[in-house]
Amino acid sequence: MIEYWEPLIERMPVDELKAIQEEKLKSLVHYVYNHSPFYRKRFDEAGISPNDIQSLDDVRKLPFTTKQDLRDTYPTGMFCVPQEQVVRYHASSGTTGKPIVVGYTDNDIKEWTTSLARGLTSIGVGRGDVVQVGYGYGLFTGGLGLHYGVEMVGASAIPSSSGNTERQIELMQDLGSTAMACTPSYFLYVNEVFKKMGISIADDTKLKCGIFGAEPWSEEMRRRIEEQTGIKAYDIFGTSEISGPLFTECAYQDGIHIWADQFLIEVIDPETGEQLADGERGELVVTTLVKEALPLIRYRIGDLTVIRSGPCKCGRTHPRIMRILGRTDDMIIVRGINVFPGQVEAVLMDIPEVAEHYQLVVDREKELDTLRVQVEVTEDVFSDKISDLMVLEKKVTKALQTVLNISARVELVEPGTIPRSMGKAQRVIDKRKI
Amino acid sequence: MENKLIKQISIFAENKAGRLEKITEKLKSANINIRAFTIAEAGDFGVMRMVVDKPEQAHNVLHDAGFTVSETDVLGIEMSDSPGGLHEISTVLGSNDINVDYAYAFAMATQKALLIIRVDNINNAIEVLENSDIRLISMEEVKQI
Repeated sequence: MIEYWEPLIERMPVDELKAIQEEKLKSLVHYVYNHSPFYRKRFDEAGISPNDIQSLDDVRKLPFTTKQDLRDTYPTGMFCVPQEQVVRYHASSGTTGKPIVVGYTDNDIKEWTTSLARGLTSIGVGRGDVVQVGYGYGLFTGGLGLHYGVEMVGASAIPSSSGNTERQIELMQDLGSTAMACTPSYFLYVNEVFKKMGISIADDTKLKCGIFGAEPWSEEMRRRIEEQTGIKAYDIFGTSEISGPLFTECAYQDGIHIWADQFLIEVIDPETGEQLADGERGELVVTTLVKEALPLIRYRIGDLTVIRSGPCKCGRTHPRIMRILGRTDDMIIVRGINVFPGQVEAVLMDIPEVAEHYQLVVDREKELDTLRVQVEVTEDVFSDKISDLMVLEKKVTKALQTVLNISARVELVEPGTIPRSMGKAQRVIDKRKI
Repeated sequence: MENKLIKQISIFAENKAGRLEKITEKLKSANINIRAFTIAEAGDFGVMRMVVDKPEQAHNVLHDAGFTVSETDVLGIEMSDSPGGLHEISTVLGSNDINVDYAYAFAMATQKALLIIRVDNINNAIEVLENSDIRLISMEEVKQI
């Protein structure tokens, strides 16, 4: 039996959902225009008045917002409410520039949590479950965000945060965790530590599913995780700017459900900014329909994806986005060819001899970009014959060449030498000085 | 036939300074004596191969230290430590169509030398060598060398 958190909304006919979105969009543009000098200026400069937005299609008339806007207005220049209405702040670490501050009203937290409650219910997590939240708690939205969702559905949350793997395993066993939320790369590391301890996730825990996100991961990686650990691996999506982790796949693992009563999504051509049709691959643009503290109009997250509308097998009618292989920020250009780490991962994980940890190293030698792909040699594939290892190297090189049209030098490295991450894995090392 | 097989330890290692030191340090602290040793290099990586007195223990120690280790059956052939010694063996192998994947050798204190070889069909090689009155060294003897 399929369980729903809010069956009426989750299964609402599409035209009714669209009517709700239209009403919310119309009031949103008035709200931001009247409450935020930033948006007022932006609209005026674009020659747009809130009254110009009369239908969902009119969303195209609105200017985009970007991460740069949030940086430029640091800390709270895009907020639409005074400080006394803000009940929480989160902030990005600012490793790639000035940090970004996001804020939430009481209602924003409630909407965020509801979104997660719907998602958790859709993967069968609810009362009786024990969810180990291995995302970082603190300024990062991952830990606290998910935590509230877990509590809302009545499951027990273990705020284990990231790191301290032996302790994570101890808690998982002693408290009988049935789900773990963390980055997929960290979960792979946890699995490695399990193996080293001579125990296994399948036999020695009650874990039934993983809620994995905060970094791009491929379908092939999902297959590996599920085969090796016997759990169901679900994708979760979101980003701090639009609240934090928000959306998950359902039990059918056929796209991430985006709650249309809370968010309006579009896919655009990243070059021209033109809206693309459903089913076309492009950059995801999100408009928050119900956020009060920091509403975002046509926010360019930078993720490349495909929107699929139409009901899911689970009965939910909200649009879905298909697996995200990377953000435009993560894209590397090697000798003029666009490479997403996620695509490389899909190729690597399709080769059974290649282990789950890998790294891309981009460098420049004599004005020429080089891409090295490092993969670990495990005892399962090590035969003592050098020719076998060379065959493996060639196999990987050839697959990268045929599928991605990139020439990469494949380097076989010792197990454990690629750094394990407690949070987001660093898959790409770019040594070029450009 | 089983007692003619020598358990060789092979280790995958990246081609960079300090790797050998890490490995030998582990063996030293486990009191394992190396009887024969070679490194084959292939660009970014290499394969270290060795015959030791306690192969099982060596395997465990290196595996637990995180190295990629495998055990391979090889043959230890006794040959005369004089001109033509290796030729005598290679003639037997060649005329019987036995291809050697790799080999390494060293001289012993006793006017004899030891040749370690890996071949595809190891049982066939044992039969051929024994029929030619060539002595194979057993694992037990390796420990005594």
